[in-house]
Amino acid sequence: MGLDKIWVFGEANGDAVASITLEMLVAARELADTVEVFMAGDGDDYAEELGEHGAETVYSTGDLGGALQGVAVASAVAAAIGSGDVDGPDAFLIGTTQDGRDVAGRLAVKLDTPVITNVVGLELDGDQLVGSEPIFGGVTDVKVKNTSGKSGIFLVRPKSFEAVGMGGAEADTEDLDVPDLGAAGAARITATHAEEADGPKLDEAAIVVSGGRGLGQAEAYEMINTLAKSLGGAPGASRAIVDSGWVPYSYQVGQTGKVVKPTVYLACGISGATQHLVGMKGSKNIIAINKDSEAPIFAVADLGIIGDVHKVLPKLIEALANR
Amino acid sequence: MTDEATELTMNKTRKVPDATRRSSDSKSGRYLGRPAWGETQPEVADSSAMKVVVCVKQIPDPADPGALDPETKTLKRDSKLILDESDSYGVEMALQLVDAAGDGEVHLVSMAPNNEVSGLRTALAMGAASATIVSDDALQGSDALGTAKVLAAAIARQEPDLILAATESSDGYTGTVPEMVAALMDLPSVTFAKSIAIDGGAAKIQRQTEAGYDEVECPLPAVVSVTAGVVEPRYPSFKGIMAAKSKPVDELTIGDLGIDADQVGWAGAGQEIVAIEDAPAREAGEIIEDDGDAHERIVAFLDELKVL
Repeated sequence: MGLDKIWVFGEANGDAVASITLEMLVAARELADTVEVFMAGDGDDYAEELGEHGAETVYSTGDLGGALQGVAVASAVAAAIGSGDVDGPDAFLIGTTQDGRDVAGRLAVKLDTPVITNVVGLELDGDQLVGSEPIFGGVTDVKVKNTSGKSGIFLVRPKSFEAVGMGGAEADTEDLDVPDLGAAGAARITATHAEEADGPKLDEAAIVVSGGRGLGQAEAYEMINTLAKSLGGAPGASRAIVDSGWVPYSYQVGQTGKVVKPTVYLACGISGATQHLVGMKGSKNIIAINKDSEAPIFAVADLGIIGDVHKVLPKLIEALANR
Repeated sequence: MTDEATELTMNKTRKVPDATRRSSDSKSGRYLGRPAWGETQPEVADSSAMKVVVCVKQIPDPADPGALDPETKTLKRDSKLILDESDSYGVEMALQLVDAAGDGEVHLVSMAPNNEVSGLRTALAMGAASATIVSDDALQGSDALGTAKVLAAAIARQEPDLILAATESSDGYTGTVPEMVAALMDLPSVTFAKSIAIDGGAAKIQRQTEAGYDEVECPLPAVVSVTAGVVEPRYPSFKGIMAAKSKPVDELTIGDLGIDADQVGWAGAGQEIVAIEDAPAREAGEIIEDDGDAHERIVAFLDELKVL
């Protein structure tokens, strides 16, 4: 075994632990003797599931009363370690999510320690952790080592590891007290809105049908919805059409959106910018439809159709309806 | 933290919004940015002056294929640098917020080698009033934390009401610098904003989440990172381009900011690239041209995968 202890940032969707947290636990328990989770909310609600996946202890802040997780969780961790109340880890694994990035940024400043970002693989080099980061849209991997001599923070991209339980016992729970945050803690969440499509979740669906700029106009996205529905899949989108306001951000696949690895990914009118490729190139099978034969999406496609989505999609929808 | 930063925090935290003024102009803030799904947003202008600092990064043109220098393991930056497109949204948002406030100005802060200003000029041409560029040989190899230390110190000198940044740069995409800047300045922060309204002394922000968005209220001064698409960036006018040439750009070194060389650059980075490898490539697939029957090939492909 390499490291003595790794801390994993825990996130939850309602009653369930988020997949990204369980994924990181798989990596953490292979790299360290002791794996512990730190999180906002009530750790008792998640101790059984986290324990099953290898966490021995869950440190949690309790309800934050609408405060954002970044400043609150990072301040609580820094205070607990700084005061000597808690024996800190050799490394932190934090998911590349909105709250995860906030926690990592705040924690890096409070502990004056580096953040190694966009990590898709982890390995040990002596007693130091090394993260692999894909660059240039995934054609090159760089390996980045923590050389600070302090506990490094690794921001891990979703779907980098497969979440598997290990039959561990329910985790112990400990309180993580949030200190007075002063002005820095003044932001408050006043309302929460969901914008997800009906049907399977985008990052869990076996089939994802995504649309891009090649659809021409917002109304044409209806073809994507129809096709996704008839295949029992989830509709997705490139950043270009999310930025244009055709569909909500929760549909976005890519570097700044969701990472998906479905059995089939159908890219319709998507050119395949780096931004998009890093979010879907791990799909098992990729079908691409695009007018431009030079589009980068064809470099990753198992089946590429050089053609107009406005001609191919209606026929495909009809053919599937007739089966 | 620099002395300036401490001073800024002290001054600004004491600047509690005046209750009388709030009640007169705070029916609701003027929302800027993309409307929430299925919602319309109120448009009531706020009338107080605002100073907004926008962090902008100047990057190699993404249209040119990138490369790592095998010697230094940093991104090659020998071509001319341009304004990161991600930052054009923050610049536009800042201009619109100052406009809505009726009074104020937009100041840019950037860190780049050799006092590079070609990207800054683009943002100045859009309408920003002035800029700070921090250049120093000691900055080469800086990681996100080192970069944030420099930006925070440079921003603090401006005593802004609001600091805007992109959620992440298009070349490094660590996505952690805005939150680090907030932490270094001891300010509140809201990342992933898709709309911002200023209402008296506070910002009302719609923040993207994994499932949708949250409404967040945050007193100023604050750091806010904006998503691409939050507003439609304007194209610089000819007049704007001409005016940009004479707008003030303050050139600073880390010494001017009171930062030690061992805090930044290679010395301060605390991380090192130990290997650069080609990622496993996907096997080339079957590419066909649609002759009217391509949909049949797709159905057959899906059939082979037994997903129908």
